Amino acid sequence: MENAAIELKNITKRFGKVVANNNVSLSVQKGEILSLLGENGSGKTTLMNMISGIYFPDEGSIFIDGKEVVIRSPKDAFKYKIGMIHQHFKLVDVFSAAQNIILGYEDGESYNIKKVEEKVKEICDKYGFDINPKKKIYEMSVSEKQTVEILKVLYRGANILILDEPTAVLTPQETVKLFAILKKMKEDGKAIIIITHKLHEVLAISDKVTVLRKGEFIATVNTKDTNESELTEMMVGKKISLNIERNEPENTEKRLEIKNINCINREGVKLLDNISFIAQSGEILGIAGIAGSGQRELLEAIAGLQKLDSGEILYYNPKTGEIDNLVGKTPLQIRDLGVRLSFVPEDRLGMGLVGNMDIVDNMMLRSYRKGKTAFLERKEPKDLADTIIDRLKVVTPSTATPVRRLSGGNVQKVLVGREIAAAPTVLMAAYPVRGLDINSSYAIYNLLNEQKANGVAVIFVGEDLDVLIELCDKILVIGAGKITGIVDGRTATKEEIGLLMTKTDKIGGAENE
Amino acid sequence: MINTIFAFLNAAIIQGIPLLYGAVGEIITEKSGNLNLGIPGIMYVGGISGIIGGYLYEHSTSNMNPFLGILIPFLSCLLGSALIALIYCFLTITLRANQNVTGLALTTFGVGLGNFFGGSLLSFFGETGSISLYKTGGYFKAALPFYKNLGLFGETFLSFGFLAYLAILVAIVSNIVLKKTRVGLNLRAVGENPATADAAGISVTKYKYLSTLVGGMIAGLGGLYFVMDYTAGAWTNNGFGDRGWLAIAIVIFAIWKPASAIFSSFIFGGLYIICVYIPGLSSSAKELIKMLPYLVTIIVLILISMRKKRENQPPESLGLSYFREER
Repeated sequence: MENAAIELKNITKRFGKVVANNNVSLSVQKGEILSLLGENGSGKTTLMNMISGIYFPDEGSIFIDGKEVVIRSPKDAFKYKIGMIHQHFKLVDVFSAAQNIILGYEDGESYNIKKVEEKVKEICDKYGFDINPKKKIYEMSVSEKQTVEILKVLYRGANILILDEPTAVLTPQETVKLFAILKKMKEDGKAIIIITHKLHEVLAISDKVTVLRKGEFIATVNTKDTNESELTEMMVGKKISLNIERNEPENTEKRLEIKNINCINREGVKLLDNISFIAQSGEILGIAGIAGSGQRELLEAIAGLQKLDSGEILYYNPKTGEIDNLVGKTPLQIRDLGVRLSFVPEDRLGMGLVGNMDIVDNMMLRSYRKGKTAFLERKEPKDLADTIIDRLKVVTPSTATPVRRLSGGNVQKVLVGREIAAAPTVLMAAYPVRGLDINSSYAIYNLLNEQKANGVAVIFVGEDLDVLIELCDKILVIGAGKITGIVDGRTATKEEIGLLMTKTDKIGGAENE
Repeated sequence: MINTIFAFLNAAIIQGIPLLYGAVGEIITEKSGNLNLGIPGIMYVGGISGIIGGYLYEHSTSNMNPFLGILIPFLSCLLGSALIALIYCFLTITLRANQNVTGLALTTFGVGLGNFFGGSLLSFFGETGSISLYKTGGYFKAALPFYKNLGLFGETFLSFGFLAYLAILVAIVSNIVLKKTRVGLNLRAVGENPATADAAGISVTKYKYLSTLVGGMIAGLGGLYFVMDYTAGAWTNNGFGDRGWLAIAIVIFAIWKPASAIFSSFIFGGLYIICVYIPGLSSSAKELIKMLPYLVTIIVLILISMRKKRENQPPESLGLSYFREER
C-alpha cells in the first residue's frame, strides 16, 4: 500500500489536567477526503492544530509520506505542504484577494501584484473557484472570504488541506459549490481533512470518517459502510446516569409563546428559521443543539437584544393576565412592562459582569435604577451579595473583591445567583454550568429546580446531553436555526437527540451522489 | 497684488515643509497601528538636537566644512528624534502602555526638553545671549544658485534649502514604498490587522518598532528644517509653536496618503499664515482665521466618516496594542 499523505499515530495532548486528545490515530491517503467527526469539545480542532503547528503533541508521532516529521510551528507545517483553513478568517479587510494571498509569503520573487493575480486566476480556473483577485475583502461574502483562505494555502502549494467546519458559515448553495471544489482537489491528488459535526455532509463528501468523543479516538470507518444512526451513536456515546433531581411540573400554564420567529444575518444566513414553541411556568425547557445553531440568537431575541425579521414573542403576564408582544421592545422596556427575564449569557464575563467591579457593584448593575435618591444605595446589593456568597459557596476574600479575580466557577455562581435573585417569571440560562466542577454544577441544578418549583418558566441551554435528559421536562432540539424536534426529557434517548441535533436540511444535489 | 500672491505662495510652502515632515512621519507610524501623539514633542527634540550638533561643531572649529556643517546637525537630529521615538516604542509595543497617554506625555516631555536645552545650552559653555548659528543656518539655507535668474517663479518655488526638496522626496518615496512594495504591504497589514499579519509570519513587533522609529526621525527633520532654514539657526523657546499638532491634523486631511500630504501641507501652511496676507484684519479676526486649519480638519473627518469608504478610514487597529492570542 502506498504511503499515507499524512498519518497520526497515538497522539496525546494534555492541557494541564485536561486530556484534549488521548491516543488518537488517523491517516489520509492522497486523493482522499477524511471527515473528522465529533461533538463540541471532542478535541477535533486541537488535533488539527497539532498538524498545523499551533500545538505540539505530548506523545505520539506524525508521518508525512511515510517519513516521521516534527511540526513545531505553522512555518514547519507549511514546509510539509500542510494548509489549514480556520473557522475564523485571517484576512485584511482593505486588501484585495491577491494582496491577502501573497501577504507574508516569501517566494524569492520580487513583489509584483499583477503576477500574483495571474497565478491566482490560474488556480481558480484549475479548481473552479469563481473569484476576482482584485476584489477587496470587505466587499466579499463569507463564502468568498473562505475561498480566499483556501486559495491562500493552494497558492503556497499545500498538498494536505485541513478545513475546520468550513460549512458552518455557508448557505446550502455555497456548501454545494465548496463540495464540488473539494472533489476537484481530491481528483488532483490532494489529501483533505474536513472537521465537521454535520452527518449528512460527512456522508456526502468524505471517503472515510474518524470519530472522536471527549478526546478519545472511537473509530475510523469507511463512509460507504456506515449510516447516520451508527455515526451518531459513536459520536454521543452511551447514556451515563447523573442522578439529577427532577420533580413533576406543577401548576403549569402558558408563560411564553414564540411564534414563527425568523432572523437573517447580513450574509443572508438564517440564524433563526421559523421557530415556534411554548415555555410553560413550573417547567424546565431544555434547548439542545450544536454550538452556534441559533441558541444565543434565540435567547437574545427573547431578551430583546436581537432584532428579528419576523415573528412574535408573546408573554402571558401572570399578574395581570395580559398578553404582551416582546418583539420590538428594548430590554429595558421589557422589564418596565413587568416582564422579567433573567439572562445568563454564554460569555459570562463579556456580557454579564464587569470584571473590574466588585461583587456588590455587579449586583447593582441590575438594581441601581430602583434607588430613590441621587446617591447609590449599597445596603441591599451588599446583603444580596452576602446571600449569594453564602448560598452558592462562592470562594472570595470579600464582597469587595473585583470579579475578575475570582475563578471561573465562582464568577459563574455570582452571575447565576444575581439573575435568580431578580425573582424572574422566566429564567433563561445559557450554559450555566460551563466550566464548573461537579458540586457547583449540582448547586446550580438545584437552584434551577427551585425556580421551577416556584412557578418560573425555566429555559436551559446545555451542552451535555446527559444533563439535559435528566434535568429538563421538555427538550427542544435546534439545528442550523431550525427546530428539528421537541422531545420529552423523561423518555428521550441520547441517540434520538444526537440525531436531531445533526439533522439539518439536506443540501441540494449532494444526496444524489 | 501679484507680488503679494506669490509672496503668500512662497510663505505657504515654507510653512508647509515642517508640517510635511511631521505628517509623513506620522503617516508611516500610524500605518503600523501606532498613534504617536508624541510627534509634536519629537519635532521639538529634532530641532534642538540639530541645534546642539551644529553648536558643538561650530564651536569646535574656526574653519568650518560646509559638508560637515550640514551632516552633523542632520545626524544629531535623527539621533535625538529616534531616541524619543524609541521610548514611545518601548512603552507602547513592548510594555503595551496606552498609546494616547504615552504620546501626550512625550509631547510634553519633548517640548520641555527642547526649551530646556534651548535656554541653557549657551550657559553650559559660559556664554550669554541666545543661540544663533548663522553659519550652519547659512549652509542649510543655501538654495539652487540659478533660481534668481528665473524671476518671480524662481523666487517663489525654487528659493529653498535642500531640506524642502528632501521633504517632498521623502513623501513620494514613502508613498511608493507603502503602495508598491512587499514591505509596504506587510506594514499596512500590521496596522490593519496585526493578528492576521502575525499568522502570516510577519513580525508585528519589528514592523511597529521600525516604522515608528523611521516615522519619528522623519518628523524630527521637520524640527531641523524649522530651526536651521526657517529661523536660520536661531532658537526661540516655544518658537515651533503648535505646528506638530497641525502635522497630525494633516494626516487625517491627507487620508493617510503621503503623496496627498504634500499638497495638504502647503494648504495648511497657507492657512496658518494667511492672516498676515489679508490686509486690515483686527487682531481678534486674525485669531479666528488661525482656527481655519483645525476647522478644515474637523470637516474632513466628518466627511470621511460619512462616506465610509473603507480605503479612506484610519488603519483598523490604530491606537491598539497587539497581544498575541494565548490559548
